[in-house]
Amino acid sequence: MSAVTYLEAIGQAIREEMRRDEAVFLLGEDVGTYGGAFKVSAGLLEEFGPERVIDTPMAEAAIIGSAVGAALMGMRPIAEMQFIDFITCGFDQIINMASKMYWRSGMPVPIVIRGPSGGGTKGGPFHSASPEAWFFHTPGIKVVVPSTTYDAKGLLKAAVRDNNPVLYLEHKLLYRLPELREELPEEDYIVPLGKAITRREGEDMTVLTYGAMVRQCLKAAQTLEEEDDLEIEVIDLRSLTPLDLEAILESVKRTNKVLIVHEDILTGGIGAELSAILAEDLFEYLDGPITRVAAPDVPFPYAPPLEAVYLPNAEKILTAARQLAAY
Amino acid sequence: MRLERAELLQIYYFMRLTRAMEDRIRTLFLQGRVAGGVYTAQGHEATTVGAAMTLRDGDCIVPQHRDLGMHLVRGSSPRAVMCQWLARGNSPTLGRDGQMHIGDMHHGIVPSISMLGESLPVACGVALTMKMRKRSTIVLASCGDGATNTGPFHEALNFASVQKLPIIFVIENNGYAYSTPTYKQFAIQNLSDRVVAYGMPGETVDGNDVLAVIAAVERAGEHVRSGKGPALVECKTFRVRGHSEADKADYVPKELRDEWLAKDPIPRFEAYLTKENILTETVKAEIEAKVKTTVSDAVAYAEESPAPDPATVADYVFAPAGLISIVGEPGAADPRYVNALDTRTGKPFTTMDAATIKTPEEVGRR
Repeated sequence: MSAVTYLEAIGQAIREEMRRDEAVFLLGEDVGTYGGAFKVSAGLLEEFGPERVIDTPMAEAAIIGSAVGAALMGMRPIAEMQFIDFITCGFDQIINMASKMYWRSGMPVPIVIRGPSGGGTKGGPFHSASPEAWFFHTPGIKVVVPSTTYDAKGLLKAAVRDNNPVLYLEHKLLYRLPELREELPEEDYIVPLGKAITRREGEDMTVLTYGAMVRQCLKAAQTLEEEDDLEIEVIDLRSLTPLDLEAILESVKRTNKVLIVHEDILTGGIGAELSAILAEDLFEYLDGPITRVAAPDVPFPYAPPLEAVYLPNAEKILTAARQLAAY
Repeated sequence: MRLERAELLQIYYFMRLTRAMEDRIRTLFLQGRVAGGVYTAQGHEATTVGAAMTLRDGDCIVPQHRDLGMHLVRGSSPRAVMCQWLARGNSPTLGRDGQMHIGDMHHGIVPSISMLGESLPVACGVALTMKMRKRSTIVLASCGDGATNTGPFHEALNFASVQKLPIIFVIENNGYAYSTPTYKQFAIQNLSDRVVAYGMPGETVDGNDVLAVIAAVERAGEHVRSGKGPALVECKTFRVRGHSEADKADYVPKELRDEWLAKDPIPRFEAYLTKENILTETVKAEIEAKVKTTVSDAVAYAEESPAPDPATVADYVFAPAGLISIVGEPGAADPRYVNALDTRTGKPFTTMDAATIKTPEEVGRR
C-alpha cells in the first residue's frame, strides 16, 4: 500500500463507488478517453465503458440537467465541471431545478457536481474560481470542500451516497501536492457531511477555515506558537452546508477570539455568514472583533504579481492573527 | 395508427376535460380564489392531448406549463391539479409551488419549472437512464416556441442526438412568447428546421388537428423506439388567450385571433367524430356530464382541502438518508426506499388522503 495524492484519492473514490453501486456513473467534458483535464478519471472508461463514463459535448446545462433527470430515476450521477468556473453555464439547473426539487416534489435528487476550484495556478479570472458562496446561499444543496487526501476520498464517497445535490469543490492546487500524499485505509470509509475537524488544538484563538487555506492557517499557527507563544486552534470546516455549528460554537466559547480565513472574496462570503452567526450567538463570549482574511472584492487576476497579492496566505493570516491576539 | 371508436372518444374526453378544467380555473382566478397567476392553454388541446395519447406504459413525459392535457392523459389527478392551483397543503407540492409544476417519476411525470427550456436537459437524463437500463420505454418532452431560443433547448437536442436518446421533442408553437411574436424570435418559418443542426428527423404539423398530431408523434415515436435516437415534431397552434390571465393580449391582431378561433381544435374534432357517426348526441351528453362531474369534484375537493400549515415553512429542504430504488424496476415501490413514497408526507405521490375525500354533494354545490 503506497501513499496516494489528493487527486488519486478522488479517482479512487469514484472508482470504488462505481464498483459498489451500478447506479453511480460519471459524465462530463473529456472525462472518458482523455481521463479528465487533470486525469482525475484516468482508467475509468477502460473499466466501466462508455455508458457509465460519458464524454459529453461542451454543454454544462446538458451535463447537470441530465444528471438531475437520471437522479430522478434513481441513479446517482457524478457530473464533472472541467473547471468549476464553468458551473455558471449550468447555474439554473442547480439553483432552480436540482436544489428545489425535493422541497417541491418530494423526489430526491442524489447528484454530485464536482470540479477543480481555487487559484494559485496562474489560471486567471476563468480558471480560478471559489464559487462556494453562491451555493452556500442556496437552500437544498450541500457544499463540501476537502483539504486533505483522506477527506478528499471520504467526503466524495459520502457525497455520492447522500440523497441530495452535493457540490464537491476539490482544490486544484492540492491535486499533486507532495506534502498531501497519504496512505489511505484499505477498507471502505466515508467522512460524514456536516462534520468539521480540529486540525490543531489551542486555547488562545479559533481559526475557522476550509480547503486550501487549511494548510496556510496551520503554517501561520506554527509560527505563532514558535514566535509568539500563542496556541491557535484551527478548525477545518470540511462541509459548508451543512455547517458544523456545534464544533464552531464550542471552540469559540473556549478561545473567545475568532479569525475566519477563506480564499473566496470577502463580501458575502462564507466568513460573512459565520461572523453573523458568531455575533448573534456568542456576543458575550467574544474578547475581540471577529476578524476575516479573504481575497479582495475584485475578479481573480492573471499576472503572477497580482495573483500573489490577491490570494490570502500564511503571512496575511499571521498579521491578522497577531492583531487579534493583541486586542 | 388506426384508432378505434373508444380511443377516439377517449381523446375527445381528454380534450374536453382539459378545456373545462382550464375554464373553471379561470373562473376561480376571477373570483380571487387562486393564490397566484393563471396560465392556461386554450387552443393547445389537440397538441397536448394528442401527443400524450401515443405513449405506452412506462413512458415518461416532461411537460411544460401549458400541458394540462398531457398531465391528464398520463394520470395526474384532477383533484391534485386543483389543489395545486388553490395552493392547498395536500397539493403535490404541499403548497410550495403553483401552476402545472407537478409530477412524480412513479407516474412518469417530471415536474416543470418556470425557466422554460430547462426541463429538456432533464428529459435527456431520464432517457439516458432508460438507455442505460436497456428499456424499451421513451420520453415525450415538450416546450413552447419561446423555449426553442434558450441555450438548454439546443444543448438538450444536441446531447440527445449524440447519445441517441429515446426522446420525442414536441414543440407547441403557439405564435407568441408572452407578447413577442415568432417573427421577432427566430428567422425561420418552421421550428422543425432546427433539427437539421442536430441530425434528427423533424416535421411540422397542424397542431389544431388532433389526428394529424397523433399521426406525426406516432411517426416520431417509431423512429425513437427503434433505437435511432430522438425526433422532433413542431405542432403549430395558437394561444388564443393571454400569456396569463393578467394579460389582455391586445398585441394580438383581432383578425389573427379570429382566424385561429375558427380553427378551434375541439369543434374541429367534434365535427369529424359527428360525421363519422362516432359522437352521437347521447354520447356527447354523457361525456359532458362526466367532464362536469370530474371538474366539480376536483374543485370541491380542493376547496375542502386544508391550507399548508405555516409551522412547516422551514421543512422539506433536504431529502432524508436511505436507499434509493431505480424507478420502474421490480420492487422500486417498496416503502423502505426513500423515493418509493413521498417522504415529506409518508404517503404515495400525488395521491390525496382518502379520509378527506368528499363528494360534491357532501360539501355542497358551488
